[in-house]
Amino acid sequence: MKVLMFGWEFPPHISGGLGTACYGLTKGLLQNDMEVMFVIPKAFGDEATGNIQLISADSIQVPQYSLANEFLSEKFTYYGLNSELVPYLDNEQFRQYSATLTKTTIQKRESTFYSHFRFSGQYGKDLMSEVWNYALVASQIAQDNSFDIIHAHDWLSFPAGVLAKQISGKLFIAHIHATEFDRSGEHINQHVFEIEQQGMQLADKVIAVSEFTKAIIVNRYNIPADKVVVIHNATEHNKPEHATYIDKDAFPEKIITYLGRVTFQKGPEYFVEAAAKVLARDKNYRFVMAGSGDMLNRMIKKAAGLRISSHFHFTGFLKGRDVDRIFAMSDVYVMPSVSEPFGISPLEAVRSDIPVIISNQSGVKEVLKHAVKIDFWDTDAMANAIYALTRFKGLSKMFVRESKKEMENLKWGIQAKKVKELYQQQLKSIQ
Amino acid sequence: MKNLCFYFQVHQPFRLRKYHFFDIGNHHDYFDDHENSTILRKVAKNCYFPANQLMLDLIRHHGGDFKITYSISGTALEQFELYMPEVIDSFRALADTGCVEFLAETYAHSLAALKSKEEFIKQVKKHSEKIEKLFGQKPKVFRNTELIYADWIGEMVASMGYKGMLAEGADHTLDWKSPNYLYYNPGNPKLKLLLKNYRLSDDIAFRFSNQSWPEWPLTSEKYVQWLNSIPAREETVNLFMDYETFGEHQWHSTGIFDFLRALPGKVLQGSPYQFVTPSENIHLLEAVAPLSMPLPVSWADQERDLSAWLGNDLQDDAFDTLYALENKVNACNDKSIQRDWLYLQTSDHFYYMCTKYFSDGDVHKYFNPYNSPYDAFINYMNVLTDFTLRIDKLLEQKVKKVKIAINPAAVSSMKRKAISKTVAA
Repeated sequence: MKVLMFGWEFPPHISGGLGTACYGLTKGLLQNDMEVMFVIPKAFGDEATGNIQLISADSIQVPQYSLANEFLSEKFTYYGLNSELVPYLDNEQFRQYSATLTKTTIQKRESTFYSHFRFSGQYGKDLMSEVWNYALVASQIAQDNSFDIIHAHDWLSFPAGVLAKQISGKLFIAHIHATEFDRSGEHINQHVFEIEQQGMQLADKVIAVSEFTKAIIVNRYNIPADKVVVIHNATEHNKPEHATYIDKDAFPEKIITYLGRVTFQKGPEYFVEAAAKVLARDKNYRFVMAGSGDMLNRMIKKAAGLRISSHFHFTGFLKGRDVDRIFAMSDVYVMPSVSEPFGISPLEAVRSDIPVIISNQSGVKEVLKHAVKIDFWDTDAMANAIYALTRFKGLSKMFVRESKKEMENLKWGIQAKKVKELYQQQLKSIQ
Repeated sequence: MKNLCFYFQVHQPFRLRKYHFFDIGNHHDYFDDHENSTILRKVAKNCYFPANQLMLDLIRHHGGDFKITYSISGTALEQFELYMPEVIDSFRALADTGCVEFLAETYAHSLAALKSKEEFIKQVKKHSEKIEKLFGQKPKVFRNTELIYADWIGEMVASMGYKGMLAEGADHTLDWKSPNYLYYNPGNPKLKLLLKNYRLSDDIAFRFSNQSWPEWPLTSEKYVQWLNSIPAREETVNLFMDYETFGEHQWHSTGIFDFLRALPGKVLQGSPYQFVTPSENIHLLEAVAPLSMPLPVSWADQERDLSAWLGNDLQDDAFDTLYALENKVNACNDKSIQRDWLYLQTSDHFYYMCTKYFSDGDVHKYFNPYNSPYDAFINYMNVLTDFTLRIDKLLEQKVKKVKIAINPAAVSSMKRKAISKTVAA
């Protein structure tokens, strides 16, 4: 069975969990004897493809006549090409991107009969037009290749999935890793919302990464519950090599870590508030906020305002070995997300033997039974849990041990098998 | 005769290197040698060398009628010694003319006066000793970091035996009074106050090269006219400014050196003014009235208050965290700790954390190594965290030693613990 898959990013060029999840799932499908053609807007050439057939949309020739595609504007409400909407960016990133990407994607390398689209593959100013151009290229790919099913990840590639379905008549699975409500709270971008909703309506089946996300899909997008299947994410099972780090002894205090983007969605201010509550009782703690984002300066100011900066540290954005390094130093990991469709980093923390505190407003709580779960706003409970996990060794040991057992079943090979079964079931239903 | 008193501030901070969270506990090398020496060389080339030479020429040319005053921070002196000892020599040549007075200040160009009397006194003494050792004169007049003055700071300074102190002639404290008289501290009439004439000072320091200023270009003739237009009964004009005005803030190409070269001659020939140093000024003039400043006043920014260094949450948290260490530092008796403690108190670190960027942003950006006040704060706090850990470790070792000295039995119990630990591992 061959899958035509549409995504927006692929390791190592990723901005968050989406690329990593796409990579894991694709590898899992290969393990289950599937063939995958994975399309992204722009491949940089250094992606970790392995056996994956990675297709860069900007290498595809699109005949001129197919550019005037009526279907697109019928099925999707077509919003202006130069729309300056940037769903994934905070202000700071937006400034950088608009400086570099003032006029990018609309340039086509034209010949009389064919044209190529240029994609940045970034979340830039011209994101909307890239999304539509990507869909046009997708239709060409769907025309030129044979495959059994279409699978698209998140709204950016939904128009591509829909168009590929229209051209090929194959089944289309829409996979939701995050909704606009997760990214923006109640202040959603209406255009993005509509693309998400129309994509899911036109899909034959929807995969949600958690029950938490399924509930949003059903309640906020009015998609019938029986159309949505929950398949949780997994993690890669290679243990980080943090044994070599010497920082473990850098501090005599307990280290409590927040790792993630410092944005509204992740609830950083609740972490700062809980830190202040713990430190008011006991100075033998240090809190680390690792990451950057549009709320970073506000958090720095907040910690200073609470007069806890001597015990509250900011590392900026960390990647690769530095992430392992911070985990190696940490005693407790906290994820106070306000809305987290899944949330892979608590699993990475557990793998590094760190007990985790996660919010009830996350998908990962469905797979981690042995974690402390709190409501993101309940900073008293968060402070309590931090204290308990650091003071009662037995408790934290048990949590780590049991969580690791739970994670044994959370492998991409196993999760991809569920996806494969869904494909088979769907294909059978139309025969 | 009326008095004209020129005082120049010379200061360089030990700027911090980029110190990441992961550096904490791993290395204790906080200061950016490369950056600090590069900046010092640049400023020496643009300002210290040419300006010192010009001052020396002027003093010789006018046969001792031209007099000037410096305050050089301890951190600047240390940087000269470290990176460019010739700068010290050129100041010493000026000192040897007998026409140059050196003022006292806090060694680290710190804000210690606002937080700790003990630390303040300690630093002033250290600075005074340094000046005496290098230039052969014991400072008699004091000037606090950034001209920060309040009644109670004056009292501390008076109790240390200083005859006079410099302060900003800010409108909001002077009200209808003129800065062009000698005043005294209300609680300690023996402490005389020399006030900066900020209009005439800033005409040189800030406006000299500003082409949109209606008075541009400023000539020495015009400046002397302004001096002459001051009412005859007003006795002194105190011109206080950063020394880096000459050649660094105002580049050579603006004509600032030509202005300075011409000015003393024009003043001596065309005006009733004579050049004096602060000590002479205090000696020559009768103080006219007490002047009270209950709240600190500085020479910085539009507000002339402390808001350039303290007041926002970043600054206050960093400042409080720093001075919370004072007792521990004193208990340490470790040379490198004492040195870092001084360098970390330098006011510039707090200046970089200032968030009021609108009217005075340009001045704050001058040689500022950071992109934002938040960066400055994080970097400083990372260093301060490592510094704290070092102190705690030293003190812990000290306590252990004391324990062993008092109770030799403790040694065997400690040994036992160590052995059981290795066995367990």
